[in-house]
Amino acid sequence: MDLNWLTITEAHKGLREKKFSAVELLDDCLSQAEKVRDLNTFITLTPESARAQAGKVDKKIAGGEEISILEGTPGAIKDLLCTRGVKTTCASKMLENFVPPYSATVVDKLERAGFVDIGKTNLDEYACGASTEHSCFGPTLNPWDKRCVAGGSSGGSAVAVASGQSLFAIGTDTGGSIRQPASLSGCVGLKPTYGRVSRSGVNAMASSWDTVGPFARTASDAAIVLNLIAGADPLDATTPPVAVPDYTANLSKGVAGLRIGVPKEFFGEGVTKEVSDTVWAAIREYEKMGATVREISLPSTKYGVAVYYVTMPTELSTNLARFDGIRFGHKPEEEIENLYGYYTEARGEGFGAEIKRRIMVGTFVSSAGYVDAYYKKAQKVRTLIIRDFEKAFLDCDVIMAPASPFPAFRVGEKASDPLAMYLADVHTIPASAAGIPSISLPCGFSGMAGSGVACDAGAARGLPIGLQIMGPQFAEGLILQVAAAYEQATEWHKMRPGE
Amino acid sequence: MKLSKEQVLKIAGLARLKLTEEEVSRLSNELTDILTYVEMLNEVDTEKVEATSQVTGLSNVLREDSVRAAPCEPEELLACSPLPKDGNQIRVKRVL
Repeated sequence: MDLNWLTITEAHKGLREKKFSAVELLDDCLSQAEKVRDLNTFITLTPESARAQAGKVDKKIAGGEEISILEGTPGAIKDLLCTRGVKTTCASKMLENFVPPYSATVVDKLERAGFVDIGKTNLDEYACGASTEHSCFGPTLNPWDKRCVAGGSSGGSAVAVASGQSLFAIGTDTGGSIRQPASLSGCVGLKPTYGRVSRSGVNAMASSWDTVGPFARTASDAAIVLNLIAGADPLDATTPPVAVPDYTANLSKGVAGLRIGVPKEFFGEGVTKEVSDTVWAAIREYEKMGATVREISLPSTKYGVAVYYVTMPTELSTNLARFDGIRFGHKPEEEIENLYGYYTEARGEGFGAEIKRRIMVGTFVSSAGYVDAYYKKAQKVRTLIIRDFEKAFLDCDVIMAPASPFPAFRVGEKASDPLAMYLADVHTIPASAAGIPSISLPCGFSGMAGSGVACDAGAARGLPIGLQIMGPQFAEGLILQVAAAYEQATEWHKMRPGE
Repeated sequence: MKLSKEQVLKIAGLARLKLTEEEVSRLSNELTDILTYVEMLNEVDTEKVEATSQVTGLSNVLREDSVRAAPCEPEELLACSPLPKDGNQIRVKRVL
């Protein structure tokens, strides 16, 4: 019955009206997961506990009880978030057998909301990468073209949603790890404001950058999930006490009078023509809907990647210091007598190449004699990026740009060139630097750029292209409203791969 | 900034990472590339700019110093360790 392709809202309605059961909905997701197994989406599938939860919801419905919006809805969790009793690997050999004794706050909240957890999705090791190729379990493949990457680091979560294995998924975004794979794999991905969603129980990558957010098929579904996971958490002191509005409240209000800023720096060198044309076509669509468009400049954002690749590795190397093979982690094969040798061996064997590279960079730029020239300098330039955005938001309500300079690249294409891989996040890092919310949504495909023709669902060719919409801090409601307006005017979000 | 193999080994020691010889020579080149790239930051005038260490303006986030129910049992925490246990303790390698 293809229940796995429903939106959260449609599934909820169907469950309430007893058109199908939560177990049937889950079974369609699981059989799709089996069908597209070669995409390597999941590290761990949990069909048994999922069936038990779905069965519980069905009993409730049969008993005439009301169910809440997410109850019985299959979702997937990036394997960076701790799930009590379920292996949480971070796609690292270091944690290949780690079973956390507690769950992330986000997971707890979703469980209380009654979702059906189908499993843990693949990622770049410790969320470090832009292609999911740096997973010790192998890359996740792009559902539109298996020769291409899914994007990363939350590649598994993006593909779970984009290929119909799950109705929504949770990912994390430090420098683009939700928006970039959403763009490359063809679904909606929302990076909330820094601190909007608790990081408790999420393996820390770069603590001043890390955010947690949803992947979904529509802006409305992303809003539904954000409603349930947002808010201050006593277990994460960086979650500000800002009230959580109903993010679904304004989704049908349209964009009349909206002021859109388009930063010229995001359409320059390195951006493919079809990405540029496709994103501009989407922006023109907003003009038709009554928005005004003006070109703006965010001059300091060109330093975003450099700022990121100094501050992030510093924070990462500090955070990963806890993986020492003692309280948790990998135990070296060989018997080692002294503690120092045990540490170096456990970490040398447990971490993959990209993690070692970043730990080395971070240790160097924060070491005595270099910390001022690199780390502190980068923190200052970060301030300038923040000021650019503050200034821009005086004259515009949202900022639109490509989420990625190019559609999905080939598996292996950038794997041996770390810098080329880092530059894949050039358009997502600036919003991360400023801690502002940003969403990527499908706005077209490669090979049909500028045609302006809405395709019938299922008639896709080429690779997805994502439109990025950034807003001021805590303006998630606004960017979701703006994204929803585009979905009401176009059909791109209805396209499915592999048909 | 060019990083020599000796510097790579020194950093690896600070980071408690054992590297193979092949990794040392590869990292020497890759780290040099990355550091050369990020040196573009030097062209920015940051004379009068404050450093950003957090972005939402929070300061002094306080809470009651009260005991909370533990999310898990001591045995569950001990089970996370790959090392042998001795009662409620983990047996580590010789420190000195």
